[in-house]
Amino acid sequence: MKKRQYGGILMKNKDQLQLGDHFFNSRLLVGTGKYENHDIMKKSIEASGTEMVTMALRRGDLKNPKENVLNFIPENMTLLPNTSGARNAEEAIRIAKIARAAGCGNFIKIEVISDQKYLLPDNYETIKATKALASEGFHVLPYMSPDLMAAKEMEKAGAKAVMPLGSPIGSNRGIENKGLIKILINEIKVPIIVDAGIGKPSHAAEAMELGAKAVLVNTAIAASKDPIEMARAFDYAVKAGRLAYLSKFGEVKARGDASSPLTGFLRKEQ
Amino acid sequence: MEILDVLEKYPEEWVESFLKKVTGERIEEILKKEDLSLEDYLSLLSPAAKNYLEEMAVRAHKKNLQHFGKTILLYTPLYISNYCVNECVYCGYNKHSDIPRKKLSLEEIDREAKIISDKGIQHILLLSGESPVDTSIEYLEEVVEVLKKYFQSIAIEIYPLKEEGYRRLVQKGVDGVTLYQEVYDRGIYQKLHPKGPKRNYDFRIKALERAIKGGVASVNLGALLGLSDFRKEAFYTGVHSKYLLDTYPSVATSVSFPRMQPYLGGYEDIDPVHDQDFVQILLAYKIFMPMTGITLSTREEPALRENLIPLGITKMSAGVSTAVGGHSSDKENTEQFEISDNRSIEEVKESILKKGYQPILQDWVPL
Repeated sequence: MKKRQYGGILMKNKDQLQLGDHFFNSRLLVGTGKYENHDIMKKSIEASGTEMVTMALRRGDLKNPKENVLNFIPENMTLLPNTSGARNAEEAIRIAKIARAAGCGNFIKIEVISDQKYLLPDNYETIKATKALASEGFHVLPYMSPDLMAAKEMEKAGAKAVMPLGSPIGSNRGIENKGLIKILINEIKVPIIVDAGIGKPSHAAEAMELGAKAVLVNTAIAASKDPIEMARAFDYAVKAGRLAYLSKFGEVKARGDASSPLTGFLRKEQ
Repeated sequence: MEILDVLEKYPEEWVESFLKKVTGERIEEILKKEDLSLEDYLSLLSPAAKNYLEEMAVRAHKKNLQHFGKTILLYTPLYISNYCVNECVYCGYNKHSDIPRKKLSLEEIDREAKIISDKGIQHILLLSGESPVDTSIEYLEEVVEVLKKYFQSIAIEIYPLKEEGYRRLVQKGVDGVTLYQEVYDRGIYQKLHPKGPKRNYDFRIKALERAIKGGVASVNLGALLGLSDFRKEAFYTGVHSKYLLDTYPSVATSVSFPRMQPYLGGYEDIDPVHDQDFVQILLAYKIFMPMTGITLSTREEPALRENLIPLGITKMSAGVSTAVGGHSSDKENTEQFEISDNRSIEEVKESILKKGYQPILQDWVPL
């Protein structure tokens, strides 16, 4: 495998996503699972404009170059191997180390799932794995259920971002945990990346408008009829959402705002 | 609550009368629901649901896409011994079967493993008859040691062990266990297993839980369809798999719906499961438990296997020989059953790709 470049450089006057010492121009992270073949996956990744691609180490057929998913991820992408398949901190740590030894770099997305029914992450084990791996020099991005105390623990343990789920993996149900994610956005200093549950470009835009620093999308692109065009749609949606967030919204009001205020006469009398 | 208590909640007579009462209206209601109950699953297995196969297929396809995407995991079974002390009346390995008996030596296993692994397979399923003398835990431990050199994932489909036996094999590198109850109907079970350790229904039905306690990461269960009323058997398979997922949520549960196939000198009292029935079962199960996998073996014809891919199948065997030592020699007459799909691994991979799905060769790293 050729040496990959990990993360871009800081650019002046450019709105970039910062993860530790690494800077990215795209705020869309994409996955590699569920595609009908490697070729469509590669083209979708390219069409998405992403710079960071996550892949399950357990799927990385390292013995077999023809099948190895790594060989189909464009070379200018930063790899974000994930610990999918891990059921506890110990397994996640072992998978992370195998990934690093296999040349996947220092980034690791911790995914600890001990519930096959809803595929919800185990925050407690994730915190433990974050601590262990961050202290060994990994750039840790933990996938988690949006809980403020857990997010704080992960931040304290050295996570470079925190990745709350919008709704369960693959559910396409969108940002169901909006209120809780907003709290994380307000309170956590490292970037909040919304991961899982994003089913449509409008969901991605919504997360970005909310103030998420990035989103990660897989199923919604890979399982669509035309993944390449869908990847492009997500690229636009993330950019639109980000731009909207930066442009500051007008205040949302509960009441109508008549252009000629009904109580205007009171002011005139002053 | 234990599995036997759960199964007791759904007696045969209750299931039978329930199946008769299901109406088309009820099926339409169920197909609008997000989460299904066991009663809903049973309804989808009913004769009334036969008229809704296309609607069910659309739903199953969608659900499976969400959970598993356009992927099919491939594995190859490796038969290491056909010595057996049981007398299952429907099985070619039956103790009284007049077939050449064979148990592979470690060298032979190494040779077979190399041939399979050279074709790219990373998930192996080890199979043997039940003969604790010939295929002892010690022997199986040595076999797993050999297989570890070639494969990322090793699962076993052997006789039920005690928890300690599973633990020992997990320590050597086994991560999955496949064990079919064969038939959930206790009366028929006793009739079909007249002698030998397999006669113990309860020991068998609790085996997967012992395997889980022994540390395996995945279990695969099923019933041999055709030995009893298939609707009931498919229902109890669903009850069992839901119980396992509810009780052990960290373990990946998957099911098979193997249809009885003829074997040499065969058993003929088979209640045939027609393709339409088979498809109905697969769809009903996938809609009920979309988060669990469905394994499809080479018992089925290539054309049918291909057509079933988009309907919720997640795992398929390929490059199969059910004869002991069949990967490295052409010896005949030792197959457990006749297979219907003799295609090579390459051919199976190609047909999956042609169907718009990605064949996956590796989905596990040994930890």
